[in-house]
Amino acid sequence: METSRRTQWDDLIQPGMVHGSLYHDEMIFKDEVEKIWFKTWVYVGHESEVPNNNDFVTKSIGPMPVLMVRNRKGNIDLLLNRCPHRGNAVCVQEKGNRASFTCPYHSWTFANDGTLMNYAFPEGYNGADKSKLGLSKVPRVASYRGFVFASMATEGPTLAEHLGGAARTLDQACDNSPTGELDLCAGFLHHRARANWKFILENECDGYHPGFVHSSIFSVSDSAIGSLYGADAVAITRGFGNGHTEVDPRPEFRRRDQPMSWFGTTADKLPDYTAQMNAAYGEKRARQIMIDGMPHVMIFPNLFIAEIQIFVIQPVSATESIQHVTAIQFKDSPEINRRLRQQTMGSVGPAGFLLADDTEMYERNQRGLEIRNPEYLYLKRGEHRERRDEDGYLTGHSTDDLPSREIWKHYRSLMEPC
Amino acid sequence: MNAMTEAIAAPDILKEWTGKELSYASTFDHDLHHEVTQFLYREARLQDTHEYDAWESLWTDDGVYWVPANGTDTDPEREMSFIYDNRSRIALRIRQLKTGRRHSQTPPSQLARIIANVELLRSDGSEIAVACNSQIFETNQRGDTMWAARCVCKLRRVQGELKMAYKKVVLVNNNKAIYTISFLI
Repeated sequence: METSRRTQWDDLIQPGMVHGSLYHDEMIFKDEVEKIWFKTWVYVGHESEVPNNNDFVTKSIGPMPVLMVRNRKGNIDLLLNRCPHRGNAVCVQEKGNRASFTCPYHSWTFANDGTLMNYAFPEGYNGADKSKLGLSKVPRVASYRGFVFASMATEGPTLAEHLGGAARTLDQACDNSPTGELDLCAGFLHHRARANWKFILENECDGYHPGFVHSSIFSVSDSAIGSLYGADAVAITRGFGNGHTEVDPRPEFRRRDQPMSWFGTTADKLPDYTAQMNAAYGEKRARQIMIDGMPHVMIFPNLFIAEIQIFVIQPVSATESIQHVTAIQFKDSPEINRRLRQQTMGSVGPAGFLLADDTEMYERNQRGLEIRNPEYLYLKRGEHRERRDEDGYLTGHSTDDLPSREIWKHYRSLMEPC
Repeated sequence: MNAMTEAIAAPDILKEWTGKELSYASTFDHDLHHEVTQFLYREARLQDTHEYDAWESLWTDDGVYWVPANGTDTDPEREMSFIYDNRSRIALRIRQLKTGRRHSQTPPSQLARIIANVELLRSDGSEIAVACNSQIFETNQRGDTMWAARCVCKLRRVQGELKMAYKKVVLVNNNKAIYTISFLI
């Protein structure tokens, strides 16, 4: 069996070709849950979603819900919402503020760091060790610039090792905020797709599709996105390793040399924000940040920062996924925040000008796999023009399949070991 | 009702998803109710049959089209909504649909909706406010989907004709993960 397994991966993932079953086989999905979602670092939420002590919000790790809690001491804990007694949910609210959680079934009560405080009629337990009956906690939780990641594995690479060079993109995002902090306070839209999660992942840094999938909105609005992904574009794609990929449009924006061009506007239309940025970073550095703009990065396996939005990709089954999406807000910058929200609401979610059509493509991809031939998907675009940049990362043209190839390379490294 | 039950206030959780109670008209104006209901039926039909220009012409110049998420009385100026269109964005939405390359509506959803429970609301006189429910059957390439919503519309008379100045569509499952909804809801 083990030798055939080896052959299986050689067969499923070939250079520039991946087998269709990777997107619909339920056994492969079960394997992914164990080897990816419950093992590697995954993005869970942002510290600004639980600003006060005792705040909690329901998030997920793969198909499993978790409670992200700022406990009584102000630390972030990730609790599993399952009473150790009989498995009932100890919290059925999506979010709120609570110092403790009481299971409604038999009244076991837990502190918001998971500790079992009390159970009803304790004499019946004859001195059982309460410290072993707390809520389960996700073993490893780590933050980077407010982004909370978790790993269900007790051991493994550190978050810094996992992020590697992709940490630059999170820094870049935070630098666009005058306070250096993001604020994810606008609430999430939850957009369901009847498609495998990897179709979503691969689309996020696919610069080949926008001119076609989004031609309807580009043709009737003055969107600046279209010009980034033409055949003449100087934007590039990059793989950071560990499955993290980005579209880096900075070469294009630096060529334009116009602050806020990345946002389709000019600095004088955002006087408060510009003043805040100049005060925070000095005019020279502020100008550079406002030319470079926000990142467009897919942090494997589930955090997509699309300039002004954050998407969290959740797998539900081999053929069902959810995109959770919200507008990025810069802490204490109301002037630009309104525009960030308005633009986001127009673009994303089930009714969005962009995402309704992206999601239509994911679902059509999924249905396409019901057709037997060809068995493989073809991901060779730009193989011949991959280059290493000065940091040693692979780069390609903004319309190349390089991000997909990078994702599959990492995917195989996680899935193949027995 | 005894003293015991009177003393128990309804918990906030009962209103968490339905929002504040609406203020209903205290008298029944039969003619107005009929006229408004006919307007809502016409609007529903134009949506179901993708008559985009005719639907857009129902709007006033300052129309607001709002489909909130995560509740009923959210603040669209602070929180994410599925749709929060001012008049120019309504026009953009229609222009996109009319390109024929709005892929999620190509081919278009096949739709039939029922508008019911039409009740006039109190209003200050310059506008006619009305609440109704809508239940929509959609079928498209993905499959069949049922949608249900509580709606509030504000109508205004412009040169004798009713026009829509405000439409709020509260999907009853607006806190859940929902499929693409790119037809006119």
